[in-house]
Amino acid sequence: MTAITQSVAQTGEGAALSVRLKEAAATAALTAVLCVPIILIHADADINNVLRPIPRPWAVAIFAFLAFFGRLAMSNAVAAKREARPQSQFAAAVRQASAKYLPGIGLAALFLYPFVLMTLLGAGGSLKWVDSYGIQILIYVMLGWGLNIVVGLAGLLDLGYVAFYAVGAYSYALLATHFGWSFWICLPLAGALSALWGVMLGFPVLRLRGDYLAIVTLAFGEIIRSVLVNWVDFTGGGAGIASIPKITFFGLRFVNQPSSFDGFFHLAYSPLHGRMFLYYVILCLALLTNFVSMRLRRLPIGRAWEALREDEIACRSLGVNTTNTKLTAFALGAFFGGLAGSFFAVRQGFISPESFTFMESATILAIVVLGGMGSQIGVALAAMFLIGGFELLRELDFLRAVMANGAGVAALCVGVAAFGIIRSRRLAAQTAAALVCLVIAARAFHWAPDALYNVFAMPDFDPAQYRGLLFGLAMVVMMVVRPRGFVATRAPSIYLKERKVVSGSLVKEGRG
Amino acid sequence: MGSRTDPLLTVEHLTMRFGGLVAVNNLSFEAGSGDITALIGPNGAGKTTVFNCVTGFYKPTEGRLALARGGAASVAEIDALTRSSRRQTTTDKGELYLLERMPGNHIAWRARVARTFQNIRLFQGMTVLENLMVAHHNTLMLASGFTVLGLIGAPSYRAAEQRAVDRAKYWLDKIGLIDRADDPAGELPYGAQRRLEIARAMCTDPALLCLDEPAAGLNPRESAELNALLHLIRRDHQTSILLIEHDMGVVMQISDHIVVLDYGVKIADGTPDEVRNDPNVIAAYLGVSDEAELASAEAEIGA
Repeated sequence: MTAITQSVAQTGEGAALSVRLKEAAATAALTAVLCVPIILIHADADINNVLRPIPRPWAVAIFAFLAFFGRLAMSNAVAAKREARPQSQFAAAVRQASAKYLPGIGLAALFLYPFVLMTLLGAGGSLKWVDSYGIQILIYVMLGWGLNIVVGLAGLLDLGYVAFYAVGAYSYALLATHFGWSFWICLPLAGALSALWGVMLGFPVLRLRGDYLAIVTLAFGEIIRSVLVNWVDFTGGGAGIASIPKITFFGLRFVNQPSSFDGFFHLAYSPLHGRMFLYYVILCLALLTNFVSMRLRRLPIGRAWEALREDEIACRSLGVNTTNTKLTAFALGAFFGGLAGSFFAVRQGFISPESFTFMESATILAIVVLGGMGSQIGVALAAMFLIGGFELLRELDFLRAVMANGAGVAALCVGVAAFGIIRSRRLAAQTAAALVCLVIAARAFHWAPDALYNVFAMPDFDPAQYRGLLFGLAMVVMMVVRPRGFVATRAPSIYLKERKVVSGSLVKEGRG
Repeated sequence: MGSRTDPLLTVEHLTMRFGGLVAVNNLSFEAGSGDITALIGPNGAGKTTVFNCVTGFYKPTEGRLALARGGAASVAEIDALTRSSRRQTTTDKGELYLLERMPGNHIAWRARVARTFQNIRLFQGMTVLENLMVAHHNTLMLASGFTVLGLIGAPSYRAAEQRAVDRAKYWLDKIGLIDRADDPAGELPYGAQRRLEIARAMCTDPALLCLDEPAAGLNPRESAELNALLHLIRRDHQTSILLIEHDMGVVMQISDHIVVLDYGVKIADGTPDEVRNDPNVIAAYLGVSDEAELASAEAEIGA
């Protein structure tokens, strides 16, 4: 990453054209070399079910072409960024107003979201948007806010946060299936049990710092998962726990029966009602997490967390009990993770160790880092971007048709080339738009020979398979453009005259 | 030498070994109540090690560090506490602590020993005011009922927080940073950061303030401001000062009592005048034996 940013820094506005061309050529050559083992040979089964290698030199050429002009476009973008742009008064006013009203508007939008969707799309059409987008994103927003206490505020790098999520989920699942306890009794219990595990993990690892702490927390996450897989008598092992009781509305179940929620309120039965209730439950839980962490930041314990992140030795010299301070951060982060886990179990109705892999920990940590460590709104935006974006990539099936007939790839090529050649950003955007339209129109009306387009065609393109790649690409781009995350500034917890934000470059990440 | 009737800190036979290296060897001295005691010596003499022992960052290999707050404790009282397994006791005049038995944060909070660091350790990403608020941590933790009262916004906590802010404002006023209270500490100029670190230590309301080279890197004007600040601390607050310093101007001007270390061993102990004229000190501290060089060196330190 530093190598990239350094070389980007060298290709400032002052860099000569020859230098930029040389760099672009090097990037293209590297891409071509890398593409040889990866995509040059395509193995396809023929009619006798025998694998036959099909060489695809054109595909390699296309990728090298994209790399060449993409690199040029990148140095153009960096040069444009260097030119100081005075912020207009209007933009400043918009910024100020949005900072003032955004929380209120956002909150109202979140509460109205399911109802607006229901009116627009009907009960059947909106189910997906409430469940896969609304609930799913909010679970991660809550997990992100919970982990933000540990990583963002206290500066303790925790790679095993999913362990507490798992403890919460299994707490509810086991208590509900064995004793038949209701969700609302199990919820605080699950939180408390997770917090207890947070303290149990915290005690032995408190003397570790930075990378060492990260490794031990990573191991802790795996230990919990291994226990869940192997202690079959207690947890059901890899088969998980099925038929976990669903959530009820003051005892009213969400099923198609006269005595259910819909029957009681004389509504036509719809599975959407149960999902909407779950949506509001997770929304309230997430807002509770947010409220508590915002409040704690202004209390001595929160200031001690941040001070610990800045300088642990200075903290000790001021009489701060660093052990207890770290433990409370661990316990509170784990508590909210447990609440989220418990909610996850009641929403799914089925849990197994598969849901609590390291990938989950990594995703939650990515949300915190991408959001800007310590920033509440940044974490929420990052969860929307990552989880929502990941879900949206499922909706890209139309791309399959576009890519298969060659027009999509050809349009991508001319677009990137336009941005690489033309240095003015606005002119480049206009040219690219015009060229892309031209290429697609040429394909649609058969102005150009089809053979030309067949070179670009990618008949096997499946957008869903590129989710991981696009995910990684988005992260790399984000970290180059905004290395400190979406919200790179820190808001002070107290002020005398004026609340001035603290630049992210001064704020430490913490070394455990 | 060292015939102080009212010692705040009594260091006896302090030894600190790191493996085979003896950083401090059998050091005994007293820091008088209300005094400014300076600890001087060439680089590597073990001064900072003594500080780290006093403030609990190191556990001494051997020795006793007795701190008597509120009035000197008798030898019998200190011995009695040493024989017991406890860390602290109440004497008829005040509190008595054995620092070598206490963890660092207890030394700061209960025995009330505050310190600054040779390379400034501020919370750079937090504002000046926030830095001072962290120094009120324990008081505010109690006032916030270990967070519970604070979470529900109890009036008693708000009053306590306001008192802490007022105290912070008092110190900001004294160090001339009241106008920069809302700026990040990392953006302050170097001299201001040094003063802020002292103010932060003073916000813990210490009985003993340990300053590790507070004048390092200051220009003459800032150095004079520092002298004034230290005098103010001694005059207006019941705080004694233990000081490590290389700047002889500062040391000779403000100290009541100087302890000189070389290779972890005490070589002199007395008033500035006594130490200034001690040939041992001049030879060891400046590392010269040649008569001519000695003369010029003496002139330099104003002997």
